[in-house]
Amino acid sequence: MSLWTDPQTPANLRPVREPIASSRVVIIGGGVVGCAIFRRLAIAGLQPILVEAAADILDGASKGNSALLHTGFDAPENSIELACVQAGYREYMAIKHKLNLPLVESGALVVAWDEEQFAKLPAIVERAHRNGVTDVMQIERDELRKREPFLSDRALGAVLIPGEHIIDPWSAPLAYAHQGLAHGGRILRRCRVTGGELDGQRWMLQTTLGDIAADVVINAAGNYGDLVEAINRESPFTITPRKGQFVVFDKPASKLLHAIILPVPTERSKGIVACRTAFGNLLVGPTAEDQQDRSRAEVDQATLERLIAKGIEMIPGLADHSVNAIYAGLRPATQFKDYQIAVDRQRRWVTVGGIRSTGLTAALGIAQMVGRDFAEAFDGVRDEEPIWTPVPNLAEDRARPYLTEAGGDVVCHCELVTRSEIEAALAGPLPAGDLGGLKRRTRCMMGRCQGFYCSAQVFALAEGRLAS
Amino acid sequence: MTHKSDVLILGGGPAGLSCARALRGLGVHNAVLLERESALGGIPRHCGHVGFGLREFGRICSGPDYAKRLADQAAGTDLRLRMTALKLEPGGLVRTTGPNGPEDFQAKAVVLAFGARETPRSARLISGSRPFGVMNTGALQQFVYLHGKCPFQRPVVIGSELVAFSTLLTLRHVGIKPLAIIEENERITAREPGTWVARLGFGVPVLTRTRLIRIIGRDKVTGIEIDRGLGSEEMECDGVILTGKFRPETALIAPSHLEIDAGTRGPSIDPYFRCSDHNYFAAGNMLRGIETAGQCWREGRAVAEMVIAELENRLPAREPDAHVTLQGPLAYVYPQRIYRDAPDHPLLFKARVSRAVRGRLSVVVDGKVVWSRRISALPERRIAWRLPNRDMRSCQQVSVEVDAA
Ligand SMILES: Cc1cc2nc3c(=O)[nH]c(=O)nc-3n(C[C@H](O)[C@H](O)[C@H](O)COP(=O)(O)OP(=O)(O)OC[C@H]3O[C@@H](n4cnc5c(N)ncnc54)[C@H](O)[C@@H]3O)c2cc1C
Ligand SMILES: Cc1cc2nc3c(=O)[nH]c(=O)nc-3n(C[C@H](O)[C@H](O)[C@H](O)COP(=O)(O)OP(=O)(O)OC[C@H]3O[C@@H](n4cnc5c(N)ncnc54)[C@H](O)[C@@H]3O)c2cc1C
Repeated sequence: MSLWTDPQTPANLRPVREPIASSRVVIIGGGVVGCAIFRRLAIAGLQPILVEAAADILDGASKGNSALLHTGFDAPENSIELACVQAGYREYMAIKHKLNLPLVESGALVVAWDEEQFAKLPAIVERAHRNGVTDVMQIERDELRKREPFLSDRALGAVLIPGEHIIDPWSAPLAYAHQGLAHGGRILRRCRVTGGELDGQRWMLQTTLGDIAADVVINAAGNYGDLVEAINRESPFTITPRKGQFVVFDKPASKLLHAIILPVPTERSKGIVACRTAFGNLLVGPTAEDQQDRSRAEVDQATLERLIAKGIEMIPGLADHSVNAIYAGLRPATQFKDYQIAVDRQRRWVTVGGIRSTGLTAALGIAQMVGRDFAEAFDGVRDEEPIWTPVPNLAEDRARPYLTEAGGDVVCHCELVTRSEIEAALAGPLPAGDLGGLKRRTRCMMGRCQGFYCSAQVFALAEGRLAS
Repeated sequence: MTHKSDVLILGGGPAGLSCARALRGLGVHNAVLLERESALGGIPRHCGHVGFGLREFGRICSGPDYAKRLADQAAGTDLRLRMTALKLEPGGLVRTTGPNGPEDFQAKAVVLAFGARETPRSARLISGSRPFGVMNTGALQQFVYLHGKCPFQRPVVIGSELVAFSTLLTLRHVGIKPLAIIEENERITAREPGTWVARLGFGVPVLTRTRLIRIIGRDKVTGIEIDRGLGSEEMECDGVILTGKFRPETALIAPSHLEIDAGTRGPSIDPYFRCSDHNYFAAGNMLRGIETAGQCWREGRAVAEMVIAELENRLPAREPDAHVTLQGPLAYVYPQRIYRDAPDHPLLFKARVSRAVRGRLSVVVDGKVVWSRRISALPERRIAWRLPNRDMRSCQQVSVEVDAA
């Protein structure tokens, strides 16, 4: 049956092209935001299609972040961001067990390193309270030392945010994607949207895989958000990717910290953070560097050295620890502070853009917002009974297969990834699309040796089973 | 249940295997060796070229051949494969996992022989993108010799330690000539034959005084930026092999109770190869990064003798009398933990300088020079010397000093 039968346009004027797929809703972009929306709309029974340009999901901004679950204590008051961060936080807490997602309950400390910063602490507490994060409080230097004995004694005091925590940046969106698939959604990878027309009631999107028809399109294209937006309208926002570089220290360094150490924030960014990771490392970053390139996030030695020096300044003991990994991520920043979320019911287009530096947390909240809008706009949109799709645990604070599984056959020795974990990541409804995807699903090759011991074996296992 | 034995050897490379064999020769019949890979032999398993065994077997053989011989010689010991040591606890208790899931082992003497590995791109803080195609020699060799694959056609080789020539041999095995060898210093690090091999044997240009400043390519390497002192230049290539800069595999030691030496980056040892917990010994590249397989093999044997001495309570049980301190351009000295009485054997020191130096090397004990000699040394050469027993009749402070002339 042709999906092109639209009463307003004579059939003989239409191109004779069949769409390769069609759905009530197509989401452009498989970052954490796209994945969370995909999940929400799939649970709502809309059978969405998610299209992702890269070989695998999570190849954009969502590839490299700090993996903090934010409370919104420092978010701009009355912003969409604050609302989404807090809704996202609550939903993450509610569903994490069912999806087997980790939570490292670290809390955070905004540390003042000089008198000027110290003077700003009370305002941080006040803002937090106005934002509804009422357990935030200032703590004395002695209390800080008790909590963080390895922190430099230059610290003058801190604000404690008990609710800021650490999560796994990849397993969460992966779990959302899996749940969306379980509810009848589809994910098309290596599918870049290159254009589209609204034809009365339907969008016809041109993609590198062929045309895709949709009643509604959701733009969640991250660092390409303004370019994708131009398919529908002149984009009201312009993306200038803001790069953040990181240094990850080897696991033994993680014993030097308990809480997330945040700086007193400036206007531009949240500043350099030191925290543990869910995988048991210690991370220092990110920087905030504007750039034009939307896909390449390069590291540079001078900056990495500065980050290491900064880390040692905060935590002198770090000097004895070695670097495991270096990476950089690109924040989809716009000229505006707040998220760029808009619903154009007439043109059947939803914009979810400029989700700059809190999207990992806010994604579920953003998805709720989009989902509510669909429920209002369309009849019969009703949640199905959720099907839970727990993902394999990669976090260090809970048992991993190498310890639980009889026959644990370790392939990646540094991260202790077993053969069966790798096999599992290469199979199932959303197998790894490329090496990066395999690493994000299992952590293989991501440890201190960076593949010295295991890369050839990982490749042999993945041979012919990855898209690239 | 905890598996108990007199000796537990961790790591089945040249050091661990020679230790296992020597222990049997010395009458220890309940040693257990754990190796996390599915085959014994350690690094030589995937060094498909010749260059091993002259000392041990009186003939030159290839790495895999050498690995097999070592494994054959160790037969008779309880050798267990796919067993990963996870955690070292005080008193010789070792937590592991393997085909039967988690298991605990405990021994009076645990020999650490985890080897060493090259410093990866990340820890070198190299600028640029992070595409596929940047790897160490160890990984390349596994691709080539264990899996018959080569991940690139036109790579460049970074560094000119001896292992860089192992890289050349590995590439030649699959018919690939790298575009260049890039070395920061003004001369090749490996001994002269290296230059010769590279220039004549392979026709690979060696760019000295050249720095790798950036890696280019989003998904795959497409080029690098280098600086030969004239500003940055781009060079097209499809792979980057980072060679050398070995460091001991201290994954289990760093989080453990054992003391690590800032110089060697391996565990601090006493003249008997014991770590700061006398239930633990260390051998091979674990001690200080790369030496030849033959050297590691001999260390494994030496450790076996010390293990016997420990089992027979012939070694001092107390804390060491002094910790060696360094002065001058020294990268490291071991042993680091010194006793004034060194029964059975003279004190054998090994060291490396941190830069090329000519000058005097001395051992100063409690303020008195007890030994010294002139040296002309390069960072990549091992310096070794023996200190006769009598020189150490008392000691509170031991310092090893290099005075550059
Ligand atoms: C350095 C850094 C630190 C951060 N720290 C945190 C933190 O601690 N906590 C937190 O909550 N958040 C954090 N964030 C923010 C968070 O990572 C982002 O907000 C989030 O990843 C944005 O997700 P997204 O889905 O909007 O964008 P993306 O992840 O970029 O997803 C967009 C996707 O769309 C695809 N795409 C683009 N164009 C097309 C097209 N034409 N057709 C098909 N597909 C297309 C892209 O390939 C991409 O995969 C951080 C971000 C950075 C960079
Ligand atoms: C590319 C390359 C080329 C070389 N070429 C030569 C040459 O031509 N001639 C020469 O003489 N030397 C050569 N060498 C040096 C030689 O290979 C090493 O000196 C020697 O292998 C070191 O022996 P080892 O036993 O100390 O460590 P390794 O050989 O590294 O063995 C360590 C073993 O311990 C195991 N292990 C590590 N951690 C654990 C754990 N947690 N649990 C269980 N097991 C573990 C490892 O799997 C490994 O098998 C080369 C080295 C390299 C890297």
